[in-house]
Amino acid sequence: MAEGFKIDIVSPERLVVSATAQAVTVPGSEGYLTVMAQHSPLMTTLKPGFITVTELSGTSHRFFVTGGFADVTPASLTILAEDARPAAEFDRAEIEARIAEAQAAANAAPPESRNALQAIADDWRNLLLDASVNTSVAH
Amino acid sequence: MPSLKDLKNRISSVKSTQKITKAMQMVAAAKLRRAQEAATAARPYADRMAEVLSALGAAYAGRDGAPALLSGTGRDQVHLLVVATGERGLAGGFNSSIVRLARDHASRLIKDGKTVKILTVGRKGNDILKRTYASNIVGTVSFRDVKSIGYANAQSVGEKILAMYEAGEFDVATLFYAGFRSVISQVPTATQLIPAKLDTAPGAATPAPSLVYEYEPGEEEILKDLLPRNISVQIFRAMLENQASFYGAQMTAMDNATRNAGDMIRKLQLLYNRQRQAQITKELIEIISGAEAL
Repeated sequence: MAEGFKIDIVSPERLVVSATAQAVTVPGSEGYLTVMAQHSPLMTTLKPGFITVTELSGTSHRFFVTGGFADVTPASLTILAEDARPAAEFDRAEIEARIAEAQAAANAAPPESRNALQAIADDWRNLLLDASVNTSVAH
Repeated sequence: MPSLKDLKNRISSVKSTQKITKAMQMVAAAKLRRAQEAATAARPYADRMAEVLSALGAAYAGRDGAPALLSGTGRDQVHLLVVATGERGLAGGFNSSIVRLARDHASRLIKDGKTVKILTVGRKGNDILKRTYASNIVGTVSFRDVKSIGYANAQSVGEKILAMYEAGEFDVATLFYAGFRSVISQVPTATQLIPAKLDTAPGAATPAPSLVYEYEPGEEEILKDLLPRNISVQIFRAMLENQASFYGAQMTAMDNATRNAGDMIRKLQLLYNRQRQAQITKELIEIISGAEAL
């Protein structure tokens, strides 16, 4: 039996989830990472992506975040996200709009900041790829 | 002396006023509960944000190269006052107490020779402030059409302020709103937004020095990412507190109004009864003296 730790996902408007989990996968800005109990303290910003929370019983839930940051301590994981919701509420059209918006911003930007903006647009695109790999949210 | 008919009209008009204030009081009470829930729901996020920021900020204390949002521009000349008020009136002293605090602040700054710019959030604040400080108002945001205030609304205000800061339009930003204590007590509050005031009191800032954090990407990048977010969070929190305070103030004001209307109705009713009695007596006297004369 895996050891459990506390996971909280909070958005400015509400506490989305507060549970005990055995593993949580988080879309860190340097790539997806899975946090388990006794993880060394870590603070990371998040990319748009999916959070998978695996509970002690083995059932897992997926959540969609548009960004934020995660605070990892050995006994707990706190995710502060501007917008966090169950993956079932994931809206493909909305993301496509975001991609278009980010791409337009990147195209209009002066050359020195174009790379950074392009990276944001690519992040959103990758998110769509993630979503289509996972059949439970792709439709 | 008003006639009986006049009195009757007065009474019925006060009665319908009372009905309206009573209804408003009940609506405010219901909305207050919801606003309070929203304010409570927002607290974990804001608290965590403050914790993380103070931990990060402590590492930067007294060091060079801290982000401008934390250390300020190094000047103290141009002040931006962000005044958050309600969209409606009929809430007792709610709007005017926030504005009064902001106005005191503004006049003190002007006396010290500083430049004051005002950004109003909410229609009422703009209405009151433009009488005295019309030339200082640089912008106004109104959420009249917004049904319930969401984080996106606060974010739009936050982005506006950040854009102004980046354009070098001000050095210090202060936010004014009514902090919610209880239904009968709302305290006008001023919070400094930029440069960020972090809670770096010893003890509070470093809860467990044994925890050595790893930062991904770097400490500086995270801080740069967090500080603008923190502005929006603080504004959001102020807006939620304002909302709760507004309904609290409105509830109290309407409760008073209902009670006053009740008193007034009682007085008018007494006057009405007396006059009616006086008229009846007068008629009787006329009849009797007429009969006697025969």
